[in-house]
Amino acid sequence: MDFDYFLRLFFSGLTRGSIYALLALGYTMVYGIIKLINFAHGEIYMIGAFTALIMATVFSFTGMPTLAILVLSSLVALIYSSAYGFTIEKLAYKPLRKAPRLSVLISAIGMSLFLQNYVLLAQTSNFLPYPSLLPQVPVPRFLQGIINSQQIIIFTTTAVVMVLLTLLIKFTRMGKSMRATSQDRVMATLVGINVNKVISWTFLIGSFTAALGGILISSFTGQINFYVGFIAGIKAFVAAVLGGIGSIPGAVLGSLVLGMTESFAAGYLSSVYEDVFAFIILVLILIFKPSGLLGRPETQKV
Amino acid sequence: MSRILEVNAMTMDFGGLRAVNKVDISMEEGEIIALIGPNGAGKTTFFNCVTGVYTPTAGNIYITPPGGQQRSIKGLKPSKITEQGLARTFQNIRLFPNMTVLENVMIGRHSRLKAGVLGAILRDRRTREEEEQVIHDSYGILGKLNLERYVNDLARNLPYGAQRRLEIARALATEPFMLLLDEPAAGMNPQETKSLESLILKIRDTENVSIFLIEHDMSLVMSLSERIYVMDYGKLIATGSPAEVKNNPDVIKAYLGEDESA
Amino acid sequence: MTLQDVKKTALASIWFVFLTFPIMVIRVNTITQTVVWRWHNMLYIFLGTFFGGLLWRFALTRRKVGAKPIVQTEDEKAAAAQSAAATTGLKGTVAQLKVRLAEPAVRKSLIAAGLVLVLLFPIFSSLYQTSIMITALIYVMLALGLNIVIGLGGMLHLGYIAFFAVGAYTYGILYRFFDVGFWVALPIAAFFSTLAGILLALPVLRLRGDYLAIVTLGFAEIVRILLNNATGFSGGPAGIRGIPRPTFFGIQMNLATVSIYIYYIIVVAVAVTIFVVWRFENSRIGRALVAMGEDDIAAEAMGIDIARVKLTAFALGSFWAGIAGVIFASRTTFINPASFTVWQSIIVLSCVVLGGMGSIKGVIIGALGLILIPEYLRAFSDYRMLIFGAVLVIMMVFRPGGLIQKKRKAYTFAVQTEEQG
Repeated sequence: MDFDYFLRLFFSGLTRGSIYALLALGYTMVYGIIKLINFAHGEIYMIGAFTALIMATVFSFTGMPTLAILVLSSLVALIYSSAYGFTIEKLAYKPLRKAPRLSVLISAIGMSLFLQNYVLLAQTSNFLPYPSLLPQVPVPRFLQGIINSQQIIIFTTTAVVMVLLTLLIKFTRMGKSMRATSQDRVMATLVGINVNKVISWTFLIGSFTAALGGILISSFTGQINFYVGFIAGIKAFVAAVLGGIGSIPGAVLGSLVLGMTESFAAGYLSSVYEDVFAFIILVLILIFKPSGLLGRPETQKV
Repeated sequence: MSRILEVNAMTMDFGGLRAVNKVDISMEEGEIIALIGPNGAGKTTFFNCVTGVYTPTAGNIYITPPGGQQRSIKGLKPSKITEQGLARTFQNIRLFPNMTVLENVMIGRHSRLKAGVLGAILRDRRTREEEEQVIHDSYGILGKLNLERYVNDLARNLPYGAQRRLEIARALATEPFMLLLDEPAAGMNPQETKSLESLILKIRDTENVSIFLIEHDMSLVMSLSERIYVMDYGKLIATGSPAEVKNNPDVIKAYLGEDESA
Repeated sequence: MTLQDVKKTALASIWFVFLTFPIMVIRVNTITQTVVWRWHNMLYIFLGTFFGGLLWRFALTRRKVGAKPIVQTEDEKAAAAQSAAATTGLKGTVAQLKVRLAEPAVRKSLIAAGLVLVLLFPIFSSLYQTSIMITALIYVMLALGLNIVIGLGGMLHLGYIAFFAVGAYTYGILYRFFDVGFWVALPIAAFFSTLAGILLALPVLRLRGDYLAIVTLGFAEIVRILLNNATGFSGGPAGIRGIPRPTFFGIQMNLATVSIYIYYIIVVAVAVTIFVVWRFENSRIGRALVAMGEDDIAAEAMGIDIARVKLTAFALGSFWAGIAGVIFASRTTFINPASFTVWQSIIVLSCVVLGGMGSIKGVIIGALGLILIPEYLRAFSDYRMLIFGAVLVIMMVFRPGGLIQKKRKAYTFAVQTEEQG
């Protein structure tokens, strides 16, 4: 088979994987700390991308240079998405700290449905073209025709975010509190960690990276609507489970594996059934290795 | 008397941690024995292995129901082990909080009944009779534990002591020959502990159930148990009658620490 | 409610005005490169979140104070009746009404009146109204079926609509290839959807709640994608047309008559569902299912084979969805994958959650309310899904048991209690 074709699929898988990784981080961090699948996380990604689109369109009337528009609109969108993440947690999850997990999950589903329809009603149900404001970067000669400038930006951004996040979690005070809280919430409270603050920060950071993913992928695919977050969100969750939920390197690895699998399956098998593969992987991993690729096996406490 | 439980060199590992290390424990019919040890010694893990919550990494567990054959229960599902006649309570009470007291006990009868979905829908004579019987039996069990007055209350609304007793009632409903009680006196005041003591004795004598206790309340352990096993860091460090164990230097060391005994 | 609270609420509203600013105020059209500024929305958001926020705050404080035990002994009931009689004003009237409704004679006559109303409904209402009622009753049936899995078993099943699809498509495909009619298709479809339920349950038996949610959702998506793409088999996105309406011993009827006929079919189907679920929930397996939902580890330790109970719940739940699917297909005579999206599952979930998980009465009221109200209040219909989302969150925060809380069966012991006293 054509090697260039293989490479194109490889990089397209890497692109997807990078975006999943940016989303999966939020899932895995939130799950690690409050054991909740935050169904509304995909909506944050969508709202981030939408806000960036709106702001970029508004700024474009001011005659600013493209790069300034990109930076400003992204900045606004990232701030807004983090604010959304923060608010959602306060409204839909915080009052349910002591409730059964079923209640919190239903609340999360409700939030997801609400946010989708909020954007649908306030904006539009149609797909909107998404202008690519990403600057052109030179593509190495041997990769020309295989990947484009946008993909390079996506890889680099993801890599930088991952490194920063790892540093943040390893070395800052907040990062340490996060790790402590995810190990044992009660103990963390006892040693004086403000758990509510940790949870808020987790939502802020997770929403920030999700929105970044949303902006990048929308610039790459060139379109957006209110529904893009939901399926992307579910798949990113699958990636997080695949890597081992609660583990940050796991989320990245799982995302890359899932992105590649989808890309190759679509390229060599059938593109129609692309979405099916993620779910099949999910079922297989849950049956055979529920702790994921890099996760620690979970023992039930009795 | 016959030997009803035999645990041979049972080991349970969690990743790198050896929670239970080659433990041998046996039990005769009609005995009350206790497993004691400092927090984190592996007592509850031991219970969880015997009742099927975990499958031990190594070793074996044999039971011999009174009048039955010896068989291994290692690796069986918890529900199957309960069917074999072992019933347990939990350290942190695990009732069905939003079901009534009677229903909690009725659930205990589950494995001894047959009615299926079709029977439930058609409500044929056999199902009706079985249902009447289970209500009657369960009420009887509640009576034995002084819980009748709560029959239709939700389990979560019961006072603490009653919840502990309800857990025992629910376990008894499974018709066990051996009852494993995980810290039944935890959180009780001395008076409640006293009445728990006579309750346990009464159960042993009237129900023909052997009793295996995990307990921190030493006065209860010492007055109730006929033999005591002591665990520390996953290993058995002593066995014997209450008096023997009380004076065993290793046990004192495990409880009080190295310095005190030196 | 202090002034402090009002201030806090106002501040929160300002936060929401800020938060919703880009999405609510600005609308861009990237095709025409135009921007519409809707400044008035800021005011609406402020007022809406301010009054909503006051309610929210009020309800939160009440939630903290409240939490009465649900069980009432006979004495307490009598006391409640007395205090109800004693209190005056609106509260007293409501309380009195409650006591009156609890009287068996009053209840029986109310139920009888309701039954007569249900039976006579199509005779005095228009074709349009009958049709809406059929839709609502289909949802009642779905909600009752889902209630078995989620209300009794406490398992969050987000793919329930897939079984509805299996039912509808079994009929569609049987008709398309073998020209099979409604009554023959009905049992076959019920069989296939039950089978599908078991097939889904098998791999997920060991999964904990939150993973179950995702896997069931994934399953429903797979079913929908398959239906969308297996064009030769399912008709693809265009679906299957011309599915026959039910016949009465081979007799075909005109549209008005057949609608009434379908109405009665669904009424009977709902009645049977209610009967079965009612008998099931207080049976040995039903109780085991409830116990599993409450605490699976304890349930297993009490001798309940969790895997079997889960399978039963999924099978029984899917069975009703299959029947409802056939009735749906015969009524619309046209099915396509767009009727079976994840959001349809969520609508059914909303019905169950609003009405009261585990309560038959509650689930019926929830489904009728959520389906009928948007139909009759056309102004709301655009906001339907938005409201459903809000309903899910609000119910979980303030009344997780739903409008009508599940009540456990009380058993009477005439003889014994006398002995005791």
